[in-house]
Amino acid sequence: MGYEKKRCRLALAGLFSLNLLFLMANVCIGSVDIPLREVCSIVRGRGADTVFRDIVSEIRLPRALAAMILGGSLALSGYLLQTFFHNPIAGPFTLGISSGARLFVALVMVVCLGSGRAAGFGAMIGAAFLGALLSMGIVMWMSRIVDAMSMLIVSGVMIGYICSAITDFVVAFADDADIVNLHNWSKGSFSGIGWDHVAVMAAVSGISFLLVFLLSKPIGAYSLGETYAGNMGLDVRQFRAVLVGLSSILSACVTAFAGPVSFVGIAVPHLVKCLLGTVRPIVMIPACVLGGGVFCLLCDLLSRLLLAPRELSISTVTAVFGAPVVILVMIKRRREM
Amino acid sequence: MERTCCTIAVRSLTVGYDGKPLVRDVDFDLNRGEILTLIGPNGAGKTTVLKSILRRLEPLGGTVYLEGRDLESMSGQDMARTLAILLTERLRTEMMTSREVVATGRYPYTGPFGLLTKHDRQVVEEAMDLVGVGDLGELDFTRLSDGQRQRVMLARAISQEPKVLVLDEPTSFLDIRYKLEFLSVLQDMARKKGLTVIMSLHELDLARRISHKIACIQKDQVVRLGTPEEIFVPSYITELYGLEEGCFDESTGALELPGPAGQPEVFVLGGNGTGTAVYRRLQRDDIPFATGILWENDLDYPAASMLASEVVSVRAFGRVTEEEKGRARALMEGCRQVVCTLNPQKGGAVYEELDELLGWAKGKLVMG
Repeated sequence: MGYEKKRCRLALAGLFSLNLLFLMANVCIGSVDIPLREVCSIVRGRGADTVFRDIVSEIRLPRALAAMILGGSLALSGYLLQTFFHNPIAGPFTLGISSGARLFVALVMVVCLGSGRAAGFGAMIGAAFLGALLSMGIVMWMSRIVDAMSMLIVSGVMIGYICSAITDFVVAFADDADIVNLHNWSKGSFSGIGWDHVAVMAAVSGISFLLVFLLSKPIGAYSLGETYAGNMGLDVRQFRAVLVGLSSILSACVTAFAGPVSFVGIAVPHLVKCLLGTVRPIVMIPACVLGGGVFCLLCDLLSRLLLAPRELSISTVTAVFGAPVVILVMIKRRREM
Repeated sequence: MERTCCTIAVRSLTVGYDGKPLVRDVDFDLNRGEILTLIGPNGAGKTTVLKSILRRLEPLGGTVYLEGRDLESMSGQDMARTLAILLTERLRTEMMTSREVVATGRYPYTGPFGLLTKHDRQVVEEAMDLVGVGDLGELDFTRLSDGQRQRVMLARAISQEPKVLVLDEPTSFLDIRYKLEFLSVLQDMARKKGLTVIMSLHELDLARRISHKIACIQKDQVVRLGTPEEIFVPSYITELYGLEEGCFDESTGALELPGPAGQPEVFVLGGNGTGTAVYRRLQRDDIPFATGILWENDLDYPAASMLASEVVSVRAFGRVTEEEKGRARALMEGCRQVVCTLNPQKGGAVYEELDELLGWAKGKLVMG
């Protein structure tokens, strides 16, 4: 017991430090490199160079914070979906939930752009949430018909394709002037995020994190299977509804601000599991949030640096790291069966 | 509210899916430490009855009382503290040690974050020691053998400190050694902890040995409920399961494939348990046979009566009369071969008429 506790604490502390480290790296490194000393004084409100100050406080810091928060949300959403479906390769992206959210956000954006107004955050998150719930509903319905784990993923991917096709169709109808922005978003990117965005996502994700953490005991019971969970006194039906709601709001929040971001939801919980050596929800939940932050900060940094000054879409980078993890998980599962 | 002093009382429980009743009017009472086993053909609704008792399935009618309290009025936590389960379906765990699996049984007792107190840990250790898995605590649950896994699950159920334990075919995946081991631990728990047990079993022989009461479920009702002695009466099991091919001997629990039909071709002079192997060999080769002379309390008698075309028998502890000898002689004459599994030369107890019978076999005789 002592050893495992120590390992968990060490892992959480390590992930936390990595978050800070990458947060600093993301702020310092870019097309213009800013020395760490300069960044520190800007954060303390005593920055000398106005160009540096604008870059740090208006562009890089909100962007890095967004990557951290949204990464955490995605990882946690993936973890909840894996718990819900008892399926290690379930995630907001593979189940088509991100794509459903993206479709609804695109619709709202295009309608708003058409009438000459910018879409409000409330409308965006609301639309994303609706889209996510709709996809989730379809996947849940499918999961009753097909019992096999792989078939569930296949149907999720198909829903994802259908939603993406309609989204592309909708985006094609948008006005030329706005298309650049919309195009960037619809491929997935953390660029163009301001402090007002960060405040909203921090509130939505923060509350969700807290709620999920409070649910760590029933999550542990549910992971043993519904019959056992029911026998332990858990109201399974109610719990499932809460789980669906929380995982949808988390992935909706990400999609509303950054568009679709692939594979984080599967890769991070799996990597974190290996790091912790346990799946106890009480440590898994904070570790997923922290791990998702590190993962997305790293991927965002790479997306900016690899082909600088051009920027890669975030999904391109997360897929490179995330997809192999998914394949590994599947191979490992097969061997265990 | 009905007053009942039993640990569990089930009153006219009707269960089924989508409003369609599958099993009607289940009634029984169980006291502390009693074991009830549900038997019956596949698909008769054993699991459905168990699920309804557990409230995993909404009953269509009737009530379950746990220590006099209506189960429906109990909170999830109260129910969890009274009723524990163990299922056939395998628990899907990931990176969990056996001890962690057992500790999940403490769920209804822990606080909002599920952290274990010193007392919880102690209960877990005791449960593991009781079931004999104390030394498996650190091993990953998925690495255990089926037998060990079921025992860990039993320890889990016990750490829940229930009054009633419900098991759905707990021995299905186990080999014969683990079946016996598991049921003996279960019996021990029922005795030591006063645990009331309700389970379904496919193994009739085991059900008969461990159960205080047996409920037979067939078609849409409990067709018979009683002690094993009341259930295992001649031809009842054959009828319950609708056996058409082969038969079941209620007195011994022996099961035989259908015997070869037709005029006997071989006569087996058996007895004292020596004949049964030859009967089964003849059954495999599909050769109809007759056998004798057997006393009805002979070890060979159950198999003989199930497999042979004709058995020359004498009532238990009775005397062989001319009539039996005559029938045996006639049968031997009609057969192409006579197999004798008793060996008078080797000594041992054989009946005095054997020599006479051997004399009639003449050239057809083979010593088996």
